[in-house]
Amino acid sequence: MAKVTVKVCLGTTCFVMGGNNLQELNDIIPEKYGDKVEVMGSNCLGLCSINWEYSKAPYVKVDEEVVTEATVEKVLEVIDKKLA
Amino acid sequence: MAGQAIHLKKEILVRIIKAFLSDDFEEQTRLIPYSMRPKGMEVPYRCCIYKERAIIKDRTIAGLGFPIEEDDETVSLATYAKKAMERKEISDKNLTVLQAACKGCATNRIYVTDLCQGCVARPCTTACKFGAISIVNGRSVIDDSKCKKCKMCVNACPYNAIVKISVPCEDSCPVGAIKKDETGFASIDYDKCINCGRCTVACPFGAVHERSQIVDILKAIKSKKKVIAMIAPSIAGQFPGTIYQLKTAILQAGFDDVYEVAQGADITANTEAKEFVERMEKGKNFMTTSCCAGYNQLIKKHLTEIKPYVSDTKTPLYYTAELVKKELPNAVTVFVSPCVAKRAESFENKNVDFVMNYEELGALFVAKKIQITELEETKYTVESSKQARNFGVTGGVVESVKASLRDEEAIRPFVINGLNKDSIRQLKKFATSGCCDDGCNMVEVMCCEGGCIGGNATINNQKTAKKQLETLLNDSKDIDKI
Repeated sequence: MAKVTVKVCLGTTCFVMGGNNLQELNDIIPEKYGDKVEVMGSNCLGLCSINWEYSKAPYVKVDEEVVTEATVEKVLEVIDKKLA
Repeated sequence: MAGQAIHLKKEILVRIIKAFLSDDFEEQTRLIPYSMRPKGMEVPYRCCIYKERAIIKDRTIAGLGFPIEEDDETVSLATYAKKAMERKEISDKNLTVLQAACKGCATNRIYVTDLCQGCVARPCTTACKFGAISIVNGRSVIDDSKCKKCKMCVNACPYNAIVKISVPCEDSCPVGAIKKDETGFASIDYDKCINCGRCTVACPFGAVHERSQIVDILKAIKSKKKVIAMIAPSIAGQFPGTIYQLKTAILQAGFDDVYEVAQGADITANTEAKEFVERMEKGKNFMTTSCCAGYNQLIKKHLTEIKPYVSDTKTPLYYTAELVKKELPNAVTVFVSPCVAKRAESFENKNVDFVMNYEELGALFVAKKIQITELEETKYTVESSKQARNFGVTGGVVESVKASLRDEEAIRPFVINGLNKDSIRQLKKFATSGCCDDGCNMVEVMCCEGGCIGGNATINNQKTAKKQLETLLNDSKDIDKI
């Protein structure tokens, strides 16, 4: 099975709008999923600049799926769905 | 603070800044509640979209720097925006309560729930020292007029049937300055308030706001004057990237230069070390630090008896601002701050013109689409020491004073990590007895738990902020000895 890739946006907007808590994913994901899921930080994903969408920040991308107003729980839920 | 409430406050700040940068500030400000809650949108929190908009309007009033309490609902946001543009003076009342949001909170009291079994032992009645509990229809009932909220009955009940109904803002305030009055609304007693900002974080409705000076700062940037940002040491770790990239980002946001307040912290540490030696030679038992604005407010309003033991050394901000104004007498100085207490300090210091907190600076970056991690680094004219850059972490100030001395062992530190009822009592005891616990001779006081990195307007959580800060410390030089 292909690896699931999680990209946490480290752009200024995502960080300011609450992305700091998402850094926990760096510890949680390897612990929970081993090498089935890869988590990485990413430069600005460019999602906030489209049509005032900064209000939906922080963003995380799980493969091609965009998680808006991302929280640790929300991201884990999406990963679980992918792996199921 | 509850994630959504803080998200909302930041979003409003971004919108105010965007409105300012547009070609029609007044109209764009008027539209903020409608853009955030457009017609037909699903209502996220309140009863209806109209109330949502009314509350967003109130939050915008605070973002424009005005007190929400004085709004009579007839004045439009466009008028507020105009008034903000015309304003010459800022107020010393730094907080404002959005009372429409705080009404949902029940009064602070002890309450017997339905879980009360009406037991035979009745430990609650014996636990209560004030005779406030009686048995009515086989159940415990509390007489609120006698209850002192000591919680003895809460702890005594084996069924956990008695609960304390909390009012988070009241519980968070270390000095009893915020209270729900007879009408059920919270209000702040400024004679008591030490500006610690705890209530702004504690309220789950996000009802307590800082009165922002962001419009005044943007106005200064737009004028021809030089505007200088002075960034507090705790800022390292609050944004992505290095503090050198952060300097570039602040310059891009429109400031003319950036100074590290850590530069002043080096002076504070050295001066305080000299003062410590002098005081000990004069036979004093202990000395306390003097750089935390919340602590200084506490001394002034609630703890005057400790005054003789407090260091006369000025704060890092004081020395930095003095330096900037000496170099550039006509410049406008803006302190970039982790907390609301520094607004109070700055108001009393003629060398500091405005204060912008980390959330506001973050909002400015968002509005201007500045990507810090993609920027080049810009060096500071003066590189600060490792110890000065660690000033905003609990224990960091006393460490820097220690490191300034040749005989570091001369200092036996006692660290107050956060002001609360217990630590205030402890400080009172030190003041009245004239000596500190455990033979300690230097008391560091920080109002916020964790230090300034735990300030009410910080963006990052303490754990990751500290990690980021440590990377900077590892690359910084040691402080000069006196």
